[in-house]
Amino acid sequence: MSVKQVDVKVGDSKTLVVFDNLTRTQIVMYAGASGDYNPLHSDELFTTKIAGYPSVFAHGMLSMGATGRVLTDWFGADGLTKYGVRFVNQVWPGDTLTTTATVAAVREEGGQHFADLTVETVNQDGKAVVSGTATARLEG
Amino acid sequence: MPAEHFPIEASHIMMFARAIGDPNPAFRDADSAEAKASGGIVAPPTFAMASWQFEPQHPLRPDPAKPWFGSGREPTGRVSSGGGGGGGGGGGGLHAEQHFEYHQPMRPGMVLTATTQQGNTWEKESKRGGTLKFSESVTEFRDTATGDLVVTARMVGVQTQRPVDKEA
Repeated sequence: MSVKQVDVKVGDSKTLVVFDNLTRTQIVMYAGASGDYNPLHSDELFTTKIAGYPSVFAHGMLSMGATGRVLTDWFGADGLTKYGVRFVNQVWPGDTLTTTATVAAVREEGGQHFADLTVETVNQDGKAVVSGTATARLEG
Repeated sequence: MPAEHFPIEASHIMMFARAIGDPNPAFRDADSAEAKASGGIVAPPTFAMASWQFEPQHPLRPDPAKPWFGSGREPTGRVSSGGGGGGGGGGGGLHAEQHFEYHQPMRPGMVLTATTQQGNTWEKESKRGGTLKFSESVTEFRDTATGDLVVTARMVGVQTQRPVDKEA
């Protein structure tokens, strides 16, 4: 699936709540599927008593993955050519994460049309947790 | 995240999509309109990270032959099983940035190889984490059948001097 170039304008945006009250079980699912079994994400004893954090916290890549949902819902599951983020704040169990993707530019390169996007996911306090950019292919 | 043999399988893609909370049928149901519109089942954009499953020496996976640094009944007192690098690093290592470039979709049936090159390292002072030591790595995922690039992943990891906690 791809979106037609004429249907995308600079400033267009989509917002989605990607996690409402993020559960510890969801974080464990991510550990199992990704193969990143760092105890910081699932082992409360290790994380609080040894590593010194207030609780387990989500893998950055769980937030990046959930954030990507807005992009693939919009531009198709195979629609991205680039996607990159910075992890700006940690995500904790119980957080509610809301992602907004916004079209920053629509351009043509080598006869192919692209949308450049900014993407940001914030927690329930409005604090950014993931901040980045993506590029999606558009139909001419 | 080097891996010589990273087979992309439909059930792994389904589990990964569930794990990121994404119900898009393009990631699990070949007969869905979403999958058909994407040329068949495709992996989510961040799926290349699951290549850790196929890294034989991944330090962040318990190995029956080695002590694990996570807790049993009580914490072991070990801080890390050693290494891990940035982004999925153990013992103070956190993921600072992740960037992907997609050359073609990742599809079930492909077998990829992942080759990692270490990049730059740099330091920065931070009020929240003390001295931050950043390190960069670039991983190329290639289709073993064609040799073609599928995904290029650039990861930036950071070692913090102290835990970066919620109140900071």
